[in-house]
Amino acid sequence: MVDTMNKLLEVKGLTMDFGGLRAVDNVSLDVYAGEIVALIGPNGAGKTTFFNCVTGIYKPTHGDVMVHPPGKKSQRINGFKPNRVTTFGMARTFQNIRLFKNMTVLENIMIGRHCRTSTSILGAILRGAGSRRQEQETVDRSYQLLEKVGLVDEADEFAKNLPYGAQRRLEIARAMATDPFLLLLDEPAAGMNPQETKDLDELIVRIRDDENISILLIEHDMKLVMNISERIYVMEYGKEIAQGNPQEIRSNPKVIEAYLGEEADA
Amino acid sequence: MDYFLELFSSGMVRGSIYALIALGYTMVYGIIQLINFAHGEIYMIGAFVALIVSGVLTIYGFSGVSILILAAVIAMIYAAAYGYTLEKIAYRPLRNAPRLSPLISAIGMSLFLQNYVLLAQTPDFLRFPELIPEFEFMEPIAHVMGSAELIILVTSAITMIGLTLLIKFTRVGKAMRATQQDMTMARLVGVNVDQVISMTFIIGSVLAAIGGVLVASYIGQINFYIGFMAGVKAFTAAVLGGIGNIPGAALGGIVLGLAESFAAGYVSSAYEDVFAFGVLVFILILRPSGLLGKAVKQKV
Repeated sequence: MVDTMNKLLEVKGLTMDFGGLRAVDNVSLDVYAGEIVALIGPNGAGKTTFFNCVTGIYKPTHGDVMVHPPGKKSQRINGFKPNRVTTFGMARTFQNIRLFKNMTVLENIMIGRHCRTSTSILGAILRGAGSRRQEQETVDRSYQLLEKVGLVDEADEFAKNLPYGAQRRLEIARAMATDPFLLLLDEPAAGMNPQETKDLDELIVRIRDDENISILLIEHDMKLVMNISERIYVMEYGKEIAQGNPQEIRSNPKVIEAYLGEEADA
Repeated sequence: MDYFLELFSSGMVRGSIYALIALGYTMVYGIIQLINFAHGEIYMIGAFVALIVSGVLTIYGFSGVSILILAAVIAMIYAAAYGYTLEKIAYRPLRNAPRLSPLISAIGMSLFLQNYVLLAQTPDFLRFPELIPEFEFMEPIAHVMGSAELIILVTSAITMIGLTLLIKFTRVGKAMRATQQDMTMARLVGVNVDQVISMTFIIGSVLAAIGGVLVASYIGQINFYIGFMAGVKAFTAAVLGGIGNIPGAALGGIVLGLAESFAAGYVSSAYEDVFAFGVLVFILILRPSGLLGKAVKQKV
């Protein structure tokens, strides 16, 4: 399933300084096609900063972020604006949900299609055959995505009126609407109850298997991480302290130390 | 009764013009929280372009409605170009600066454009041709509402309905709403936010130009300074309706126009501005965020 010949995201020696504070220190990370990769670490380890560097919100101080979109030319994307990063095929969700609250569920998804469509104002006014067809395709594709995350019945509801778990799923669907090859999920299970987490677990695996989208996620819910990820990277104080499959990570002394604290010697 | 209706119709006419200009203020504010003080100048430039074009077209033997339409279209294109350029050179470089900086930049652009027209054209009032035709079917009610007033009302109504549909249903409109709600997230789902902001300025400028052409041909004279008062009034209308709120701008414009017209008619025309701003103060005391505005929590 995992295609180790086909690297999608390649981060080399990424460093991010905020003034005198080094939030991310020389971190390297790869994601291969068809893989689910987790990035874990204690609070404040720099995981979200790492995501922000990769998706163009921050411009990294040092290091390279390379993407190798399937069937397209590789590209170094440091310092690209987030909308360009998204156009390259990487989409993300946030730790705290950031939906367009005053738009409907369907409209939220349609916004995700924005970068894949091209109707201009003039096209919208003249309503030529091309723009009407494109509009219809956008609506159809949006409904397909809503079906995948089980929100078809709420299509016309305002996003802010959805229950928490559903808002999470909507955010994932909106990210999928941009046709990514890689989805970056920042704590998708935060604040979810065990049942919702279990559904999410299945949803993520299904996205990978059915849609052929690879996944990089930050997560604190260890059960979820251990269940679904092929490989895990561990960060602490901005540095990468370990990587490996779930078994290796579970028994890695450095990781245990990071999570449980050093053994007190007298 | 006729007097009342006359005041009402002239109030609606003023109001709809205020509304057209106020939409530009409110759309820009909604997206980048900037009061674009140079917006009134775009309106003035629209009127000047229309004057020049109609002069040229008259020489080439065009007449009446064809001049009005061509002049309006060219004025809209010019205004769009000005609005786009304005954002690009005066506001975009300050996108991440403290909020006062773009405000000062806006005031600077406003003064610059006024003086540019003053120097390039003339400080005097110029006569603007009556481009709006007289309709025969308006004869019976001409004492309460003339053809020009009808045209202004209908044009503004169509424009505002068009804008509402554009924002509600089109791809560009969705992108504008998304950008308004969360700019960073809009970028992250692939919306080209810079393009959306440019588009907002272009649409606002086009609306201002429509207002400029209509008013100029209704009042019959223009000079470089007309943008200032129109801008202040339209800004008042936008605040009255709840800044950032599009139906609010339309409603605010109408309320302001009616207040002025009735004050001028029943009290004294010298007091119309007093009443207009009195209404603003009164409404803001009762509803601090404007008629349709929602109390917004400060984003952190």
